[in-house]
Amino acid sequence: MAHLIDRRLNGKNKSAVNRERFLRRFKAQIKEAVSRAIKGRSITDIDSGEKVSIPVKDISEPQFHHGQGGVWENVHPGNEDYVRGDRIDRPQGGGAGGGGGKASKDGSGEDDFAFELSREEFMNVFFDDLALPNLIKTQLMGIDELKSVRAGYTNDGTPTNISIVRSLRGALARRVAMAAPTLTQLNEAEEELDALIESDDDVALDVRQRREKIHKLRERLASIPFIDPFDLRYNNRIKLPMPTSQAVMFCLMDVSGSMDEAKKDMAKRFFILLYMFLQRNYDKIEVVFIRHHTSAVEVDEHDFFHSRESGGTVVSSALNLMREVIQKRYSTSDWNIYAAQASDGDNWDSDSANCARILEEQLLPYCQYYAYIEITDGEPQNLWYEYLNVKERNRHFAMQKIHAAADIYPVFRELFKRQPASR
Amino acid sequence: MTPISTGSEWTFDLIDEYDREIRAIAVDEFGLDVYPVQLEIITAEQMMDAYSSVGMPVNYHHWSFGKHFVSTEKSYKRGQMGLAYEIVINSNPCIAYLMEENSMTMQALVIAHAAYGHNSFFKSNYLFKTWTDASAIIDYLVFAKGYIARCEERYGIDAVESLLDSCHALMNYGVDRYKRPQKLSLAKEQARQEEREHYLQMQVNDLWRTIPRRDRDDADKGSVRFPPEPQENLLYFIEKSAPLLEPWQREIVRIVRKVAQYFYPQRQTQVMNEGWATFWHYTIMNRLFDKGRVTDGAMLEFLQSHTNVIYQPPVTAKWYHGINPYALGFAMYQDIRRICEAPTDEDRAWFPDIAGGNWREVLDFAMRNFKDESFISQYLSPTLIRSFRLFSIRDNDLDDKLEITSIHDEDGYQQVRQKLSEQYNLGSREPNIQVWSVNVRGDRSLTLRHSMYQRRPLEESSTEEVLKHVARLWGFDVRLESMDESGHVCQTFEAKALPQEYQIA
Repeated sequence: MAHLIDRRLNGKNKSAVNRERFLRRFKAQIKEAVSRAIKGRSITDIDSGEKVSIPVKDISEPQFHHGQGGVWENVHPGNEDYVRGDRIDRPQGGGAGGGGGKASKDGSGEDDFAFELSREEFMNVFFDDLALPNLIKTQLMGIDELKSVRAGYTNDGTPTNISIVRSLRGALARRVAMAAPTLTQLNEAEEELDALIESDDDVALDVRQRREKIHKLRERLASIPFIDPFDLRYNNRIKLPMPTSQAVMFCLMDVSGSMDEAKKDMAKRFFILLYMFLQRNYDKIEVVFIRHHTSAVEVDEHDFFHSRESGGTVVSSALNLMREVIQKRYSTSDWNIYAAQASDGDNWDSDSANCARILEEQLLPYCQYYAYIEITDGEPQNLWYEYLNVKERNRHFAMQKIHAAADIYPVFRELFKRQPASR
Repeated sequence: MTPISTGSEWTFDLIDEYDREIRAIAVDEFGLDVYPVQLEIITAEQMMDAYSSVGMPVNYHHWSFGKHFVSTEKSYKRGQMGLAYEIVINSNPCIAYLMEENSMTMQALVIAHAAYGHNSFFKSNYLFKTWTDASAIIDYLVFAKGYIARCEERYGIDAVESLLDSCHALMNYGVDRYKRPQKLSLAKEQARQEEREHYLQMQVNDLWRTIPRRDRDDADKGSVRFPPEPQENLLYFIEKSAPLLEPWQREIVRIVRKVAQYFYPQRQTQVMNEGWATFWHYTIMNRLFDKGRVTDGAMLEFLQSHTNVIYQPPVTAKWYHGINPYALGFAMYQDIRRICEAPTDEDRAWFPDIAGGNWREVLDFAMRNFKDESFISQYLSPTLIRSFRLFSIRDNDLDDKLEITSIHDEDGYQQVRQKLSEQYNLGSREPNIQVWSVNVRGDRSLTLRHSMYQRRPLEESSTEEVLKHVARLWGFDVRLESMDESGHVCQTFEAKALPQEYQIA
């Protein structure tokens, strides 16, 4: 007799290890695909999977097999009108009559091997680049933290959660409802008794009966419990995903001629990381993009990353614009303000001191966190030294010089360490 | 009799009842000899898992299985491909997977096809009997998985992975075609593994130590020829003789070789095996219907998928991909039965010994004693050649046109049959490559020889890639010579050994 086994409850991810091996082997290609994806995506859209394709050539498992040439004699089905000795033209591209299936398999082998990275795998590759500590990775990838909130009442729970008012209100209602029929009967009985007593007939027996009845009804009323387990109501609390407040993130970037594509790409990763952090902590995030050269302007994301200006650099113009935007749209009582500034360090010399002053007096007091990165290989310039002073006096200001993507994380170390003040 | 079920939903009780009925027909009525059956219900995801580890319930880890999984998953999710209805494992008990998505009728079809059709083929066909040991394969894979996992821990995933890559490249050359293989056994494997390790290494060292010192430059005089005779089993040769492999590496080569050997019969009996299973699911389902145990609706559902399975597109169709083994195999078994039950004069002339015979005995004999190549050359009848309208085309690269060499007529039957049989001969389908010699006195380079058949050359880029793998295993330079039929070397491939630091050790 056959043995019947239900295997459906056994894990389904038997191939997980093999899949991971596969990803591991093609890490270089996958990394490249992820980089390309990051360039193409919006900052706010970073949190999903990605399609990756790898050239078939790289992925093939070679075997010895025949190439085209020599003599092949193959049998095929479905002869229509050939007779023996017919000579026919060779089909183009090594089709059915040619060197057999193998030749055509090679011909179509040019396509890429494409597959989907899951969100998790995508993020892992992305984080790998940024050299994030593991704890932070889990924090960013993990499920939202939960906050317990009131959600009405339930019929059971722990005694500490008993809602007294609700329970007693319920008990009262129950007592009223349960007593009602008895009370009606009692009233009727009492009225009848009064009527009997007032009548002159000899009704002693009836009176006694009525009295007994009244007595019984009173007993019944008295036996209605004051409170019953049925009446108990408990405060109900449920867990809701935590972030319920809102934040605005300012992206400030120098777009003067010296910021090339590579530097902008680095800056983008920097902005993405801040965005992801905020996303974990706030319900609603608005992003404001301010780009500047000698003057600053607020733009959309596409223009922010993709248009190029030339000319000098006045950083304070961006800071001034940011202040104006805050005053106009983001009152500090409603919004948590974060800012990330990327630049290659160039600035109008006399402007740097000005920048530090604006930053310290007019922006930092309202910001939760302000991060500055300088993407450059050269010597630090005036702005860097001015900002160093600011950093000494303000704990929520971070700055870092960046050569590779792995340098970005330290800027946020402080940020990831502590919880935002709003919580 | 009443139908076993009327709806399309399956339940465990129903599967059990169908199995009982099918068994009664297959075993009691038609006398199929089967291993005990183990039916396992699995989900679509689990089916994909099973797919990508070549159908085995356990297997060692390797990226290539991940690759198969990824591509299977992709095409399944996009709906480009349905999953196979069944996977069946040549083991004792015989494990057949039933996918939970299938309807009751499909489950019955799979039970008949896999659990009784394939099962009886596994148990009785001479190739499977010779090359595989159904009761030991699962145990052996458990051993292999554990062993390879331990190697990964000790020597690193990369070292093991690249070794497996190289072995996989030679998987089709890991079989002795003429020698009888040894049986597998978990207990013996484990007990002997360590002993073998020491012994082998000793032997290899010995081999190289006892090479006579070269006193003169004259290499030919009194040279030892190694190996004394050409060897067809490249993996075996590497396992036993590669100078630089560590004992654990030899063991892994051996594991890949053993797995290759286990799958070897399946590659040689596609038409026979699938045809057999298809013949039996068809026969059994019809029998169930005759007995009134399945409804008209179920029968229609069954026939619909059955006709899909045995559809043979003609060569002119866009989706023609060669001959469908299900179609050919099924048609051949049906035809043999017809020749036994209702032979024509032509059949009597072609098959005097089976025409009018007992079809069950004839079929049983055919299933037991043949492989695709010999099965076709023995049993392909003119009737079938006509109904498939088979014809052969010669493609000679020295000729600017293709030539039709035979069609389904009196003159062509023999030739079509012979050509088709040839087409299923693994020996001519795959390049014939053997170990030719090792330069034991000089640079230790290994020479392989490809004996050309019908002037068919090797595909160059893949040959070069495979040769790199051979060089990695061998540890020294490797050369491959293509030799034409007159014994003249006409093409040479070479692969340099990697510098020591990139070696797999």
